[in-house]
Amino acid sequence: MAKTETKKHTPLLHIVKRDQGSLTWYNRLLVRGIAILAALLVAGVLITLLTGKNPIQVYGSMVSGVFGSPRRIWNMLQGLAMLLCVSLAVTPAFKMKFWNIGAEGQVLISGLACVATMMFLGDKMPTVVLLLVMTAASVLAGMIWAVLPAVFKAYWNTNETLFTLMMNYVATQLVAYFLKVFVKDGSGVLTPMPQYGLPVLGNQAYLLNILLVALLTVLVYVYLKYSKQGYEIAVVGESENTARYIGINVKKVIIRTLLVSGAMCGLAGLLLVGGTNHTISTTTVGGRGFTAIMVSWLAKFNPLYMVLTSFLVIFLEKGAQQVSTDFRISSSISDIITGIILLFIIGCEFFLQYRVVMRKNRKENA
Amino acid sequence: MLAFLVSAIRLGMTFLLGSTGETITEKSGHLNLGIPGVMCVGAACGCYAEYMYFTAVGSNIIPLLAVVIPLLAALLGGALMGLLFSFLTVTLRANQNVTGLAITTLGVGMSEYIIDEASTIFTKGSKYFTASLPFADDLGWFGELFLDYGVFVYLALIIAVSTTYVLNRTRVGLHLRAVGENPATADAAGINVSRYRYVATCVGCGIAGLGGLSFIMDYLNGNWEYCVDAIGWLAIALVIFTVWKPNLAIIGSIVFGALYVASSYIVGVSFAGKELFKMLPYIVTILVLVVTSMRSKKNQPPAALGLPYFREER
Repeated sequence: MAKTETKKHTPLLHIVKRDQGSLTWYNRLLVRGIAILAALLVAGVLITLLTGKNPIQVYGSMVSGVFGSPRRIWNMLQGLAMLLCVSLAVTPAFKMKFWNIGAEGQVLISGLACVATMMFLGDKMPTVVLLLVMTAASVLAGMIWAVLPAVFKAYWNTNETLFTLMMNYVATQLVAYFLKVFVKDGSGVLTPMPQYGLPVLGNQAYLLNILLVALLTVLVYVYLKYSKQGYEIAVVGESENTARYIGINVKKVIIRTLLVSGAMCGLAGLLLVGGTNHTISTTTVGGRGFTAIMVSWLAKFNPLYMVLTSFLVIFLEKGAQQVSTDFRISSSISDIITGIILLFIIGCEFFLQYRVVMRKNRKENA
Repeated sequence: MLAFLVSAIRLGMTFLLGSTGETITEKSGHLNLGIPGVMCVGAACGCYAEYMYFTAVGSNIIPLLAVVIPLLAALLGGALMGLLFSFLTVTLRANQNVTGLAITTLGVGMSEYIIDEASTIFTKGSKYFTASLPFADDLGWFGELFLDYGVFVYLALIIAVSTTYVLNRTRVGLHLRAVGENPATADAAGINVSRYRYVATCVGCGIAGLGGLSFIMDYLNGNWEYCVDAIGWLAIALVIFTVWKPNLAIIGSIVFGALYVASSYIVGVSFAGKELFKMLPYIVTILVLVVTSMRSKKNQPPAALGLPYFREER
């Protein structure tokens, strides 16, 4: 290095952090919009290369898969509501920088609690009581699954990412065990029990779910933005030391937040099992616990933006499913497209946070 | 009993490759949750290369090439996914957890697509991978337990041992650990943090890609199953279980393999009880995680694990 010191070496490009608020909101929107467009373009080119079809047709097929018929729109809304519900559930924890990647397991175990209640108590109590017990069981199960890692994190600083990840598989295996023990015919497939499900509003099977999640979105927004607890979560997330200095009990906040988070996962489990499937399998949650993390993070933990980001993910998922049926290609194309778009959006955050500065001309400097 | 051990070791080597790859990555401070996706891609690339090779040459198969081509393809496929991960996390400073999860989504999708395009049966290719030394069968239990394996078992052992050596006994390893423990200090000492993170992640992902291929070609004897990602999550668990030490991982991987296959070998376990048995590796990992966090400062994860490094943000 000593030799090159004499010659001033400036890199061609260098990176500078942007000041907070130096970008206007429409500039931010523009960058994200460009990222999504670029990603759609790449995905379109990819599908065209793989299938040899006109990309316009491919996009058309995607749109029709999402908005093509009232049934498809309802399916899209239901998918949106479920993903949004899980995303809302993980948000308080993430805002606190508690990397809970165990939503998958938390939702699944609540679903298991819900289905067990339906199965064993369904014919033993009146509907209203049953619904209350189902709700209580699901919420409680979600809370237990979430608070275990939180307690260890709070007291012994145990790595929560890995702890919650492992809890997912414990939940999956418990469901597998349950299905083998209690499904009498040995098929491992539990017959749906719609008679014990949540009430159906106005003949639309998914309406209740959608309304409940809409309500939850507003509640979480208010909780995080305007309540004292929400403020404490934000402070702990920004700096634990600051939080301790101003007299916030960090341990208490961590445990309390994860109880809230787990309770919302419990609600998601209730809606998925009690309100939608009326049965359970090991894949009931279907990766939503992981996708929700990306949805929440992309929305910068703002519940209102989360409606948009989860719409984006659901649009891609349903659209790509339609593409795969229309053009007879492997259904895995849906995962590929979702992955590509997520990576593009993750990458574009860089341009919102940092500026790339070109090396200035020597003469200008002198 | 012997069959049980052999089966545990064969599966264990998949875990060993995956976790050695993840250990190298984590030592640089990258928590790569994309490993399940990377292993899927590695497996799919290897299998696809084998398929292409067999279609291209017809019946004049050269055994050495039938092994080397898929190995290189898996290594390359995994490394490319690692490159994507590092580009996003190092150059674009994206969040590692989110990027990793997106890589897993992408990787699982890509591997399924590749496999649906080719075939799900690779038994013909698998024969070359599971071929063992000709005299191994004549040596009784000793031969069966120690010598009667395909190329992957020895490859995994060599990689794990040499990784331990490089990490603990060489300058490169010292620098790598410094980058993972305290990137700012490493930077001040003149170590190129970005370069170390890029290389460590790509090499680690390449090795994990080999792990994916070994699961299909060795443990499953060439029959593709859509569950490579589940194995990948266990490989990440194994990294914690063995407290970031590849030499411990040799034993740890066999323990994991044994726990995973135990339910099929223990007599008297009911059909349903097997599902509880499969829970064991995860519970054991949680226990190890809790115990290591409660105990002294030894055996902790790299201090900068999961944190991005930007020089101007100190």
